[in-house]
Amino acid sequence: MFQASALNKRNESVQKLYRMLFGMMTLMLIAPVLLILGTLIAKGGGAISWEFLFTAPTDGMRSGGVLPALLGTVWLVMVALMLSVPIGVCAAIYLSEYAGDNWFTRTINLAIINLAGVPSIVHALFGLGAFVIFFGFGTSILAASLTLAVMTMPVVIVATRESLQAVPQAFREACWNMGATRWQTIRRVVLPNAITGILTGVILEVSRTAGETAPIMFTGAVFFTPFLPESVMDQTMALSLHLFVAATQVPGIADEVPFGIALVLIGLVLTMNSASIAFRMWLRGKKKW
Amino acid sequence: MSAAPAAALLQPSPEYAIDTKKLNLWYGTFQALYDVDLRIRQGMITSMIGPSGCGKSTYLRSVNRINERLGYVRIEGSIDVMGQNIYDPGVELIQVRKQVGMVFQRPNPLPISIRDNILFSHRLHAKGGGDVHQGTPDEIVEESLRTVLLWDKVKDRLKRKATELSLEEQQKLCIARLLPVKPKLLLMDEPCSALDPKGTEAVEELLWELRGQYTILIVTHNMAQARRASEECIFMLMGKVVEHAPTEEMFVTPTHQETADYIEGRFG
Repeated sequence: MFQASALNKRNESVQKLYRMLFGMMTLMLIAPVLLILGTLIAKGGGAISWEFLFTAPTDGMRSGGVLPALLGTVWLVMVALMLSVPIGVCAAIYLSEYAGDNWFTRTINLAIINLAGVPSIVHALFGLGAFVIFFGFGTSILAASLTLAVMTMPVVIVATRESLQAVPQAFREACWNMGATRWQTIRRVVLPNAITGILTGVILEVSRTAGETAPIMFTGAVFFTPFLPESVMDQTMALSLHLFVAATQVPGIADEVPFGIALVLIGLVLTMNSASIAFRMWLRGKKKW
Repeated sequence: MSAAPAAALLQPSPEYAIDTKKLNLWYGTFQALYDVDLRIRQGMITSMIGPSGCGKSTYLRSVNRINERLGYVRIEGSIDVMGQNIYDPGVELIQVRKQVGMVFQRPNPLPISIRDNILFSHRLHAKGGGDVHQGTPDEIVEESLRTVLLWDKVKDRLKRKATELSLEEQQKLCIARLLPVKPKLLLMDEPCSALDPKGTEAVEELLWELRGQYTILIVTHNMAQARRASEECIFMLMGKVVEHAPTEEMFVTPTHQETADYIEGRFG
């Protein structure tokens, strides 16, 4: 009575087949990540040393370290964050908490999605025209970071808006019905509950900003400068561009140098991400701020 | 009504906490309320019954003006709360929300501590020197929780999140958090429908505790509850008030055929 019929058996084997299929697809997803990390560590690990991290390149980049590029990337990312996070978060709060559902809001949403789809080289040309030439910032960290900020703003806005909308409507209703204004509701209930999601958006932005090459090539990053950046009006080296240069433009460079640079870049992104993840966990523990 | 709120405060409190005159309400083109005239006695528990869609919740929601948040709602007529029309142009919505507390079908405590939930609206309204409870935060928390018969259960875990409480406790907390700002009116929209019989009994017991100090208007689907837990009862049908009478009278000798049919369960 309770034996498996032929149909049961066939269904079961089909089910196993699909399970395997999905499992293998997942494996294929992580394989490249592991391969990249493995290759970088195997081939570039030897290049990493305190000297590599903390000195400037010498001998036409064939020896020495990456310090100016490392600092340059940190500058570019930080300045871009300082510009895009406040604007992006505020815009997302407006769109999610204040704006009504009308053609104007829908147009803005459409614009944000399209902005996210613009290729980075187009952003680069926009940055060159707008920030370097029109506003007269010259090729500088400021112009490059502004370009990066414009490019990554949609990520911040979308992530923030989604985490705001994940806060249950009942919480807002409860606040409004006690006589709280929209802002009091946002400040005391909505934001504390959305902050972790917003930080996830910021983490995504850090990763993307640190790795971008095209937008900074025309706007602020240079192939080589022996000087460390001191203000936002300086030109700077950057890890991503440095990697491109070392890998393609310098004949006779040791093989391990480009791999080492890539490892430093990934390490930097991972460090920044870990910091914001730690901050996020700390906030989640507190839930009051 | 005079526009000066100070003068209104000095007047002796009227016999009726809510005085509704010719209230008509439309959702878009659909008319949900027809010429509603209702006077709710102060300090009493009044229940509203009627089949789904009869307009009782709509009426309740117009007494603290949440309906208009929908945007497509049109209202004619007036609702005087404690002698002042809350639809007057000069009326501050924030004050309406302070004076008229609302309890919902699903308990909706905020995802913060029990203590912070109690103090939330007090913090909103105390700064401007409004008429709120004057005690220290600790006193306010204790008194409010004692009033809703919750203090002994939660006094050792005031810092815990309110969302960890049972539904019944959450609902009591939602009532308790309204009290520190001294509302005149408590509106309850089926406050027991998410609770089990024991929780329902506890909340009904609480209603009788609050009676006298607050005017309570409660919408319910449960006719036994209306009978147990209210002094006056309103029966609505298709957006109109059919009957408004002392509860016992309505359940024993209803004057309208529709009321009798509904009470006896012939429709609804």
